[in-house]
Amino acid sequence: MSKLVYLVPLSPFIGFLLNGLLRKNLSKSLTGIIACGTVLVSFIVSLLIFFDVRKDGFETEIVSLFNFIHIGALKISFAFQVDQLSVLFLLIITGVGFLIHVYSTAYMHDEENDHFARYFAYLNLFVFSMLILVLGANYVIMFIGWEGVGLCSYLLIGYWFKNVEYGNAAKKAFIMNRIGDLGFLIAVFWMISKFGAVTFSEVFSKAPTAPVAVLTGITLLLFIGATGKSAQIPLYTWLPDAMAGPTPVSALIHAATMVTAGIYMIARSNIMYTLAPTTQTVIAIVGTATALLAASIAVKQNDIKKVLAYSTVSQLGYMFLALGVGAYTGAVFHVMTHAFFKALLFLGAGSVIHAAHEQDIRKMGGLKKFMPVTHITFLLACLAIAGIPPFSGFFSKDEILSAAYEKNKIYYLVGAFTALLTAFYMFRLYATTFLGKFRGTSEQEHHLHESPSAITIPLIILAILAVIGGFAGIPEVFAKGSHWLHQFLSPVFAGSEKIKEVHVVAANQELMLMAVSVGVAIVGVVYAWSKFSKNPELEDAKGFGKLLADRWYVDELYNAIIVKPLNAFGKFLNEVVEKSIIDWMVNGVGKAVQYGSRQIRLLQSGQVGGYVLLMVIGMVILFIVEIFIKK
Amino acid sequence: MPINYYIFLSVALFCIGVAGVLTRRNAIIIFMCIELMLNAVNLLLVAFSKMHHAALAASNASAGINGQIFVFFIMVVAAAEVSVGLAIIVMMYRNTHSVDVNFLNRLKH
Amino acid sequence: MSPTQILFWFLSVLAIFSAIMVVASKSPVHSVLWLIVVFFAISGHYILLNAQFIAIVNLIVYAGAIMVLFLFVIMLMNLNAETEPQKNKWLKIAGVIAGGALLMVFVAALKNADLKNQLAQVNQGEIGLISNLGMALFHDYVVPFEVSSVLFLSAMVGAVVIGKKE
Repeated sequence: MSKLVYLVPLSPFIGFLLNGLLRKNLSKSLTGIIACGTVLVSFIVSLLIFFDVRKDGFETEIVSLFNFIHIGALKISFAFQVDQLSVLFLLIITGVGFLIHVYSTAYMHDEENDHFARYFAYLNLFVFSMLILVLGANYVIMFIGWEGVGLCSYLLIGYWFKNVEYGNAAKKAFIMNRIGDLGFLIAVFWMISKFGAVTFSEVFSKAPTAPVAVLTGITLLLFIGATGKSAQIPLYTWLPDAMAGPTPVSALIHAATMVTAGIYMIARSNIMYTLAPTTQTVIAIVGTATALLAASIAVKQNDIKKVLAYSTVSQLGYMFLALGVGAYTGAVFHVMTHAFFKALLFLGAGSVIHAAHEQDIRKMGGLKKFMPVTHITFLLACLAIAGIPPFSGFFSKDEILSAAYEKNKIYYLVGAFTALLTAFYMFRLYATTFLGKFRGTSEQEHHLHESPSAITIPLIILAILAVIGGFAGIPEVFAKGSHWLHQFLSPVFAGSEKIKEVHVVAANQELMLMAVSVGVAIVGVVYAWSKFSKNPELEDAKGFGKLLADRWYVDELYNAIIVKPLNAFGKFLNEVVEKSIIDWMVNGVGKAVQYGSRQIRLLQSGQVGGYVLLMVIGMVILFIVEIFIKK
Repeated sequence: MPINYYIFLSVALFCIGVAGVLTRRNAIIIFMCIELMLNAVNLLLVAFSKMHHAALAASNASAGINGQIFVFFIMVVAAAEVSVGLAIIVMMYRNTHSVDVNFLNRLKH
Repeated sequence: MSPTQILFWFLSVLAIFSAIMVVASKSPVHSVLWLIVVFFAISGHYILLNAQFIAIVNLIVYAGAIMVLFLFVIMLMNLNAETEPQKNKWLKIAGVIAGGALLMVFVAALKNADLKNQLAQVNQGEIGLISNLGMALFHDYVVPFEVSSVLFLSAMVGAVVIGKKE
């Protein structure tokens, strides 16, 4: 079955071609069937491969399709790698992707025919790129997918391209991603020069022999790529702006899959990171800082999608914290549970937006009675992200926090505080949106209704996953060998675990940590519930709150120190260098030629004698050169 | 005779022809100067032919004969050229009532 | 000095002097006459080189036919009067200097040539005789010979077409 792995990316690609090329001729239902069907095919194939991989005695399989680049001794083949890590991501991408495709058929139904098909073409292309990213057996193939998802993200954020702001958001996302990609690219070049290979297996087998400084450099550069793609400090500001895209896109790309590419990449390269402790420290610090910063911003946001966006950034920060402290399984575990509950949150938000035609939570409220299914699923997702047992978020977050505690207490303290903030802002969002009275216009109230089944069914499925997803990784304290995911992924992280002795936290200590995080989460939930269910905060924030609501002025800071000087420099180049130097040179060449030809034209008197004279002089010169000078 | 003498004689005649072409304006005189140059070359060819014959006569009885054949063909071509060239000059005279080449400045346009 | 050498120098001086006169004389008719003298001198050289056929052809074709044609045209146009407008003086000087420079270059280039000590066979050698030339012409060069007849024909037609009044 693993031999057929090429079907997984191929199928969405065919969907992309069909929808993209025939977008003027396909009806909406046909477009939807093609888009969802191709992803479903991928999902089924992935599932079959997954069962294959689960069997005992499975060895990592490399499926080489063709020779991609062959320069000198460097051979890069277009190959896919099937192992536990990639198959897990395959399932997340195609599974969540399929649900979101189904959801989109209802959500985007008001679009015109060819724009509808364009949307699904982009979405399929995204799934294709993401699968290439995950399946690639070397860094170059991974980079193809890496760039592909960046492109699709750009296209989908700017889907409503007639709105200039959305276009700007798309450009911002693309440029910030490009900054990170540069780091990735340099890291790949460095690998080629150092190891002479980019294939995972070769690089990882040669990594232990390389000097630590080199490994630190490569891993830091790769991490820069990850900060761009996975929205970490300092390159995170594009993700909240990316909410300009349609909501299902935010769910798929900017919550569930693409932003986890950085985590996947680091988890994939875990051996190199384990060998470079400096980089790990940097990652842990950046992840913790991002988690705290984004959570603090999310507390004061009033746009339903912005809250979720900052929440995503914050959760990604958790994942990086996990990577930084060496808890690779924890990071991947959190990727999985986060994909479920964050996709669910976004889709629920989409359902709300679809019904209320409004994104400002201050103008919502009391939606509980209008949209029961959305309400219940949203509540479950909020419980999951807040870390209330036995919902999925609890298990993954707890694993990360205990790993952080083991490494350094400060990480743990910040992480636990962030968990408090998370519970608080999620239930602030929930209470303001679904509880209390409806605060919109009566016309809006009239339109409120539960969404169609194409929207609610994915919500329900994701809700089930969000509730039970955590049981894939029940902590070892409860039962020996109960952490299924850990055992499943252990071949991938075996190299790292061999290098570094993993300390097992004492059982009572771990139980205590769990109790603390649950307690913190419950405090946040209860406080937010009681505070906002009756009197939601409707005024603009003041003081410190305003600082948070204005996102610590990070965007303004970037504007002032990077964008504006660049613009000024560009203006200088345009107005001074271009006009007075380049133009002067170009015009000067023209003028010189014109002047010269006007002078030379006088030689053409039309008199034969003159021509003959010139010919003889030319002959004399030629003879002199040929006979006397050349010798 | 040393071949040098012939070479310098031919070169001198040739250059006199060139100078004539450059200094005169009468088309017929220019034409005559061209004939003079052709003859200078002919003389040199015949001299070389005899030089080769002197050097190679022992092995090849007709060595160097090519040079003289070549002179013959040059004369043929020159005769054809003169007939056409003079026809052109007559034509030109008929149109401009002059044989001054400076009237032929159509090349300017 | 043998008579051959005397003849050589005499004919050379005559040829160069006549050539200069061709260029220098004001009247076109005089130029033609001086040119005929040049041709005679060159024919003399041919005879010295024992190239009898070429010598005779030179006299017949050049000195006879071609120069008569020139003379005809000049007479026809009534150019014997010194009507020729003078060229710009500087252009004339430039022409003479250019010709002189060409001569200088040639002489400078050739004075050290490898073959300066070779001799041209004078007064003897059979190749210039009409029988030998005829054999070569009609054996080895019969195709170019025929082609040249086509050339003649086309030149004739051309001359008639150009010279015809409209």
